[in-house]
Amino acid sequence: MRYSVSEWTKSGSPWVWLNAGAVAICVIMVVGLLGLIAIRGLAHFWPADVLQATYTHDQNRRIMGEMVQQEMVPAEQLRGAGVQVEDGVEAMRRDLLKVGNRDFLPADFFWAMDDWVVDKTYPEMIMAAERLEWGNFYGYLREVRENGETVARHDGYDKSDAYMEVWDEFQRRIDRVLDIRDQILEIEKHKIGSINYEIERLRLKERSLELKQSTDADAYAEIEARRAELNADYEVLQQDLIELYGRINRDSFTAEIADGREVEIDIAKVVRAFLPNNMGTGDKLVHYGAKLWEFLSDEPREANTEGGIFPAIFGTVMMVILMSVLVTPFGVVAAVYLREYATQGFITRLIRIAVNNLAGVPSIVYGVFGLGFFVYFLGGSIDDLFFPEAKPAPTFGTGGLMWASITLALLTVPVVIVATEEGLARIPRSVREGSLALGATKFETLMKVVLPMASPAMMTGVILAIARAAGEVAPLMLVGVVKLAPSLPLDGNYPFLHLDQKFMHLGFHIYDVGFQSPNVEAARPLVYATAFLLVVVIALLNFSAIAIRNHLREKYKALEM
Amino acid sequence: MSIEQTNTVPELDFNTPAQRRLRQARMLKDKLAASSIAIGGISVILAVVMIFFYLLYEVAPLFRSAEVAPWGGEQEVSYAVPGTGSTLYLAVEEQAEIGFRVSDAGEMIFFDTTSGQVRLTEQLALPEGVEITSFSLLSEASQTFAFGLSDGSAKVIKHNYKASYPNGQRVLTPELVYPVGEAPLQVADGPIQHLAINGNSDEWALIAQSGSTLSELSLEMTENFLTGEVEIEESRRNLPSFSNAPNKLVMTPDHRWLLASLPQGKIGVMTLGNEPEVSQLLEASKGNLTSFELLLGGNSLIIGDSKGRLSQWFFVRDDANEYQLTHIRDFDHHASDITNLTTEQRRKGIITLSADGMLNIYNSTANRQVLSEPLFDGAADAIALAPRANALLVQHGDRLSFWHVDNEHPEISWSAYWEKVWYEGYEEPEYTWQSSASNNDFEPKYSLMPLAFGTLKAAFYAMLLATPLAICGAIYTAYFMVPAMRRKVKPFIELMEALPTVILGFLAGLWLAPFMEANLAGIFVCLLVIPIAIVLFGFTWNNMPNKIRFLIPEGWDAALLVPVVILATWLGLGLAGPVEEAFFGGHMPTWLSNEVGIPYDQRNAMVVGIAMGFAVIPTIFSITEDAIFAVPKHLSYGSLALGATAWQTLTRVVLPTASPGIFSALMIGMGRAVGETMIVLMATGNTPIMDVNIFEGMRTLAANIAVEMPESEVGSTHYRTLFLAAFVLFLFTFCVNTLAEGIRQHLRKKYGSL
Repeated sequence: MRYSVSEWTKSGSPWVWLNAGAVAICVIMVVGLLGLIAIRGLAHFWPADVLQATYTHDQNRRIMGEMVQQEMVPAEQLRGAGVQVEDGVEAMRRDLLKVGNRDFLPADFFWAMDDWVVDKTYPEMIMAAERLEWGNFYGYLREVRENGETVARHDGYDKSDAYMEVWDEFQRRIDRVLDIRDQILEIEKHKIGSINYEIERLRLKERSLELKQSTDADAYAEIEARRAELNADYEVLQQDLIELYGRINRDSFTAEIADGREVEIDIAKVVRAFLPNNMGTGDKLVHYGAKLWEFLSDEPREANTEGGIFPAIFGTVMMVILMSVLVTPFGVVAAVYLREYATQGFITRLIRIAVNNLAGVPSIVYGVFGLGFFVYFLGGSIDDLFFPEAKPAPTFGTGGLMWASITLALLTVPVVIVATEEGLARIPRSVREGSLALGATKFETLMKVVLPMASPAMMTGVILAIARAAGEVAPLMLVGVVKLAPSLPLDGNYPFLHLDQKFMHLGFHIYDVGFQSPNVEAARPLVYATAFLLVVVIALLNFSAIAIRNHLREKYKALEM
Repeated sequence: MSIEQTNTVPELDFNTPAQRRLRQARMLKDKLAASSIAIGGISVILAVVMIFFYLLYEVAPLFRSAEVAPWGGEQEVSYAVPGTGSTLYLAVEEQAEIGFRVSDAGEMIFFDTTSGQVRLTEQLALPEGVEITSFSLLSEASQTFAFGLSDGSAKVIKHNYKASYPNGQRVLTPELVYPVGEAPLQVADGPIQHLAINGNSDEWALIAQSGSTLSELSLEMTENFLTGEVEIEESRRNLPSFSNAPNKLVMTPDHRWLLASLPQGKIGVMTLGNEPEVSQLLEASKGNLTSFELLLGGNSLIIGDSKGRLSQWFFVRDDANEYQLTHIRDFDHHASDITNLTTEQRRKGIITLSADGMLNIYNSTANRQVLSEPLFDGAADAIALAPRANALLVQHGDRLSFWHVDNEHPEISWSAYWEKVWYEGYEEPEYTWQSSASNNDFEPKYSLMPLAFGTLKAAFYAMLLATPLAICGAIYTAYFMVPAMRRKVKPFIELMEALPTVILGFLAGLWLAPFMEANLAGIFVCLLVIPIAIVLFGFTWNNMPNKIRFLIPEGWDAALLVPVVILATWLGLGLAGPVEEAFFGGHMPTWLSNEVGIPYDQRNAMVVGIAMGFAVIPTIFSITEDAIFAVPKHLSYGSLALGATAWQTLTRVVLPTASPGIFSALMIGMGRAVGETMIVLMATGNTPIMDVNIFEGMRTLAANIAVEMPESEVGSTHYRTLFLAAFVLFLFTFCVNTLAEGIRQHLRKKYGSL
């Protein structure tokens, strides 16, 4: 069939096509967004090749670094920025190079005009090293030193057996350092950490005795004795630490950086060193896996711009678990009351609408409520009553894990109520009446018949609540999330679960690292990776909720009349 | 089953004691469960309702009036005035424990504020034959004052209180300090009738009126680093005099102006500096000026007159770039003339007493009368307000009375929140949100207008993107799309709703904002190219030979359009370069700000609109789609059977039926956009400006809470104002959602009958 333009327009087809276009745009936007996060987030762990080139614009100096980004810039804009662009050129390509070596170069990122970067090579022996401070290092390994004495040295630029021997020596020493660092961490973080924790508890105990104006000399003596014991333990550990620090600082290496200088760096500062241009795909995969694991299991380094996000994952999970422990019983009880026990009428309908709409109240409002009511009012009162010895430092009178969980439980309780109620409404009357006719009481019917049948709906509700809680940031900013928590809220020190402690959170981590970080450019890939992780977690939770819902619908379809 | 068999079964006895006990236990359990579920359910619902009441509870004190009551309870605290003579100056220290009185006989007495018991009396040392002729107070907060003497000299004194804690109890020791030394300063040659003083730690100025001459003494103090000795350098000059002899002289703290209260309600302004001159002579009142004081910070002049009028004046820069003392606002009239006036030391508050004994408390910024209450009959002689503005000392005849003032939040009024306010130092009344500053005498600016405006602006631009996309998409999905595809597309778009907004905000701030700055023209070209490409493709496709057309069944058009849209976007961005070169001088943002004069921020309303639009699309889409899909099929079949095209059926039959549902979808989407925090926090500059410009940022109520709440002092006006913002957000979204929900339920009922 052939249409003329006017016929086609009259039939309304253009509008239908535009509507179809809207769907297409929506879908492209979602896919594009997820794709963007996935690609940027996952690419971060892949070891990028390190480029070596000559920068003609600036005295033909040598540059080394990873290519991060390329873009076309209009000549007009460049001229405006004071770059000399030849006439007739409309746009120029500009490269963003990550040149690292923040301790030796003015900046670790460098914008270079692509035309001026010549002689691009990818030498096999360029080393990339991740460090505890100052970010990545790029250069040629020159020397491995022990107590300042040269152990091995090589001066060439090309791959050779001699060079690889030096490299292997270097790697062995890094492994040794990593081993010692683990020991140091064990002592500092766990052993000394728990001693400090106990000393602090003793101080509070003593203060509490003083506040009560107790004259029980035995109690004081006991505290003093225990404190002396702990201090003695501490002294021993301190000696161990000094010895370990002496050992870890034994080795250093020197390397030649882009401008030809040879610099010395302590091996103790190195986390990992590799030759990206010398790696095969297999090596790169292994490296990728190691980096990904580090990301998931390690603690952040360098103001959260490097390392892992384990504390954030842990904090999010802890908070979400506590929240679901709180929200499930209360949400279910409220729903059961509304649907099964309350007299159905105008009031119940009103309450139902109100509960439904609370899900649409901005989350920041819950945050304000949580801060005012839970933290300042309840927390302040708890401190006055139970923790006078810790004053003026607040215990529960400041944001913390417990208040964050309760606030989010309040935020998500409407979700659970609505979902559970929906599940309860779906159960046919006949099932209930059958149970009652057999002589079961209302409570027995509820426990043995109704709730089991509604359990998938409850699960859906709880999962949706978890998904919402996991992604919510605004209220948490007010009630207890911090950018860097010194310890996890769950550890080996009595009482093990520290409800009053502040914690880290994936969503807040994204906000903080992306927007409050001193080095946004360096932190950006990590933010993408964190965002990707969060998206994956939330998508999985939602998919499981949908799957459970569908499963439930199938299961009880037969019962519906 | 035979009868015999039944008979052989031993009869079940349900009435054995054990059975009865079991039944009772079950009944009890049932009752217990019923009541505990009821209690649990109701308490959860109450907990949720409590949010509303708690917010209200935190907000309510903002709107309470001030109260004044006798100190320490019902009984009026009153005692005889300590010392002799008439009172020149009355003051109360920080803790409101000690009062201070200066009399014209040169007595300086510290006394207990609750009992009048004298703690310390000092007598001003005067040479023989010399007496006190005038008195001047630097400012209430400085606690520094000066006596002008009949021999033309002046003495500067400060009353000070030292706190010590023997045995854990606070003990205050009053003392007098001479900040420029105890020796008299020769300011004038004759008796000083009026004195004005101004100074800080090392620079002082005194201006004295003696007869018809006006003279100024400047002091510069330098401390010798080695010996610690203070050297004082004095310089004296004569100033031009005012036309009439002034009743009172006041110097601004920046030492730029001398203000004089002249007879017949006139104000004289003298510009100090190198060449002093009388620059302004204003008629401020029809009666006589009875009070003439500077407000906290010394920027504003408060005038009370014999007609009971109270007004505020400050210097405003005019068109000629010169500062002119300008009348700013009047406060509510008194019935009778103002006899006493004092100002608060930490806020922009004014306390007046009128001849009929009425106590009035005002706040200048809020233009609000917080209190108006009769204290006693007749005029008072002196008043003093404690630095914390919680205690008031009043002299009435020969008795002093001590009052407790409860005035927590005077800065707040309807006009302070929602109307233009002329703030000190501003050239005209403005809407401004500026809640804190580094200095103490800062005037807090709590206009909610820029924030409300920012909120609506962000929501508007978000809806601008989301409405067409979501509604058109929903129409197609519900009405034209094949079920197989609909089952995939709908959950997919709904999944977006669960996407944490912090991720959208982060992408908007770190990826979209720079991308948009680089490709602004491209985005506008895309807006044009994509619809054209879609329509063109549609036309071509419909005109294709059937063989090709039938390869893809109807209802899969959206899938076909995916590559088209991607191509069009790519083309649009590609075209942008030449277009930008041709029309916008190579870079559109630069062109916008330089040529058109529209400022361009990298993080602007357009970025927020796209990111937040993205966040509300799924909400609107999902509800609209449900509403359209729920329209009974026989309606559209009927229409189609009568020969209408699919589009006609949609616009004439389906959409009108579903329109309440679509409206409710938009309302809920709007509610979400208004309360969204993270996206606006991350994708705007968070500057509270009022400008509809799409290329500038804004600050929304929600983002403002997130930014300022953690630093806000508990219980302060700022804290409660933030609670008010939260309360407004709560009410707004709750009402909008309830309305939308009501419409939806109504719709559902209507369809039920069809």
